[in-house]
Amino acid sequence: MNKEYTEAKARFEAGVMKTLQKNKERKETFSTGGGLPLERLYGPDMTEGTDYVKEVGFPGEYPFTRGVQSTMFRGRFWTMRQYAGFASAEESNERYRYLLASGTTGLSVAFDLPTQIGYDSDDPMAQGECGKVGVAIDSLKDMEILFDKIPLDKVSTSMTINAPASVLLAMYICVGEKQGVPMSALSGTIQNDILKEYIARGTYIFPPKPSMRLITDIFEFCSQNVPKWNTISISGYHIREAGSTAAQEVAFTLADGIAYVEAARSKGLDPNVFGERLSFFFNAHNDFLEEVAKFRAARRMWAKIMKERFGVTNPKAQMLRFHTQTGGSTLTAQQPENNIVRVTMQALSAVLGGTQSLHTNSMDEALALPSEKSVMIALRTQQIIAYESGVTNTVDPLAGSYVVESLTNEIEEKAFEYIQQIDEMGGMLTAIEKGYVQKHIQDAAYEFQRAVESKENVVVGVNKFQIEEKNKDMKLLTVDASVGERQIKKLQELKASRDNVAVSNALDAIRSAALNESQNLMPLIIDAVRVYATEGEICGVLRGVFGEYTENIVL
Amino acid sequence: MDERKIRVVVAKPGLDGHDRGAKVVARALRDAGMEVIYTGLRQTAEQIVETVLQEDADAVGISILSGAHTFYFTKIIDMLREKDAGDVIVFGGGVIPDSDIPGLIEAGAGAVFGPGTPTTVCVEWLEGAVAKKRAKE
Repeated sequence: MNKEYTEAKARFEAGVMKTLQKNKERKETFSTGGGLPLERLYGPDMTEGTDYVKEVGFPGEYPFTRGVQSTMFRGRFWTMRQYAGFASAEESNERYRYLLASGTTGLSVAFDLPTQIGYDSDDPMAQGECGKVGVAIDSLKDMEILFDKIPLDKVSTSMTINAPASVLLAMYICVGEKQGVPMSALSGTIQNDILKEYIARGTYIFPPKPSMRLITDIFEFCSQNVPKWNTISISGYHIREAGSTAAQEVAFTLADGIAYVEAARSKGLDPNVFGERLSFFFNAHNDFLEEVAKFRAARRMWAKIMKERFGVTNPKAQMLRFHTQTGGSTLTAQQPENNIVRVTMQALSAVLGGTQSLHTNSMDEALALPSEKSVMIALRTQQIIAYESGVTNTVDPLAGSYVVESLTNEIEEKAFEYIQQIDEMGGMLTAIEKGYVQKHIQDAAYEFQRAVESKENVVVGVNKFQIEEKNKDMKLLTVDASVGERQIKKLQELKASRDNVAVSNALDAIRSAALNESQNLMPLIIDAVRVYATEGEICGVLRGVFGEYTENIVL
Repeated sequence: MDERKIRVVVAKPGLDGHDRGAKVVARALRDAGMEVIYTGLRQTAEQIVETVLQEDADAVGISILSGAHTFYFTKIIDMLREKDAGDVIVFGGGVIPDSDIPGLIEAGAGAVFGPGTPTTVCVEWLEGAVAKKRAKE
């Protein structure tokens, strides 16, 4: 830096020292929510070492720090995609049509836990869970109802489905067929990210090796047949919800990404091709500046990883495109209306971080599934940011902020340190097996909880500014216990009316293909789904061949 | 004064994968000097009751965020009673609407802690509940 700056800074700092003698600051040291130290003031000397063209660059160009498109939200807004689904296919279909009529621009399907773990509604393991956290889907019949009067060539649909992703994608393809929409015209995303299930989310079925095969079978099948489909959404969201820091969220998500690219490469797939269809999913938490920096750092890191580590030359396969959801664990059951404000700031950080799609949480989600009214406010929050705040009218407006660029660099540095440690352990699968990842997340979660209890971290309405709340006059959504009974009845009717010989032949074909690693399972799963084999039947066959994963408990 | 350490099972019933709360509470109870047995995910009511009996636990804490709380609380409490272990303290937490809590208490749960509850509140409550239970033995 020039002499003038250095002198001015020294003069400023001397002045601060005097001020501090009279008035101490609120804390001895300041840091981000993720524990990165924060200086009092950031100036040009802090980003002096950053090569602008190489490290920051231009939007739509490597390393994509400033965004994946050259015009970003001046071209078009992000996809406003609200995660929804509950009870039966009929009720969820109604909610989707309500959301579409209210201006959401993409669907996002929440499945109930039995569906996510490959159990039909009549399975003993499904007791008490049907339709609770999402919609219950047992067969193509349910899926036809779920998308009734929703043209699949007009909407893009994201499905939060992991271990049985092939089955639900197959059902979606078959619904498309019935609507006259070829699979080549379908667009959407399946989450299909099993590694974070082992780490943080818990809806695994099979052990890692066959799970990775199912995933790469999907990569291969879709790159040939469903070219507009995002075949995976590599998710940091749940890692963060489980308690990780922002830097850990980036590190562990990208490390999962590396593991998928390696698995697909060893199957002979070209990362220049399948790399275009990899998408990501991040959380937006409270620490505003750190979150903006996190998104920018993740984009730059992935571009470097794809280019330098995997030799990818196709820019579209170097780009990190991502969905964001605001942080569920930041919502409070106390004074729930305050959550509207939290969600607004979190959503703004995602927009300033250049997200491709966004889900804003509803204020009542620490209490129950969201009601129609609170979902509407959550969606309106996005629309207000998009149309009224003005931040969408220029690309990456926080770039060049000394603190944002500094934090972007620091998150990258910290996250690459974790990735290096994971590499040294032999990769992400080993790191998960050894409990390394889980341990780091749990330690961060515990530390956070202690900081809240000692009031070092203030959560408004929870450990400060509490009020007596007598009757929370909020209308909560409840799921009728009869959903399970109705689903079971539907299943019985289905099994009595379908061609059971065709079903059993299709299941046999899946069984023998499962034993032969070189065969792609996807076409056979589509065949089975088309003749109304249930999800539980298909996953049951695969459980028989692949076995089941048992959790490695880390405490 | 009873010097035996409090033994508590922390359980995740059903298909719910949210284990942050269960693990934080398990660690807090352990740091408070209790012996904690954490079951891990995806436990049936039968498996949880079996663990409680085998471990000779004073209490079982149930963490559930999937909405299946009424089903699992009542099932676990009923099964404990059937196995002659109705004195085991059952408590829990998760995403549980206020309106469902009276029903759980009526079914026999000792306490249900909502989101935002400090772990110290759980620890103190459990210490008190176990002291009362032991006084009766």
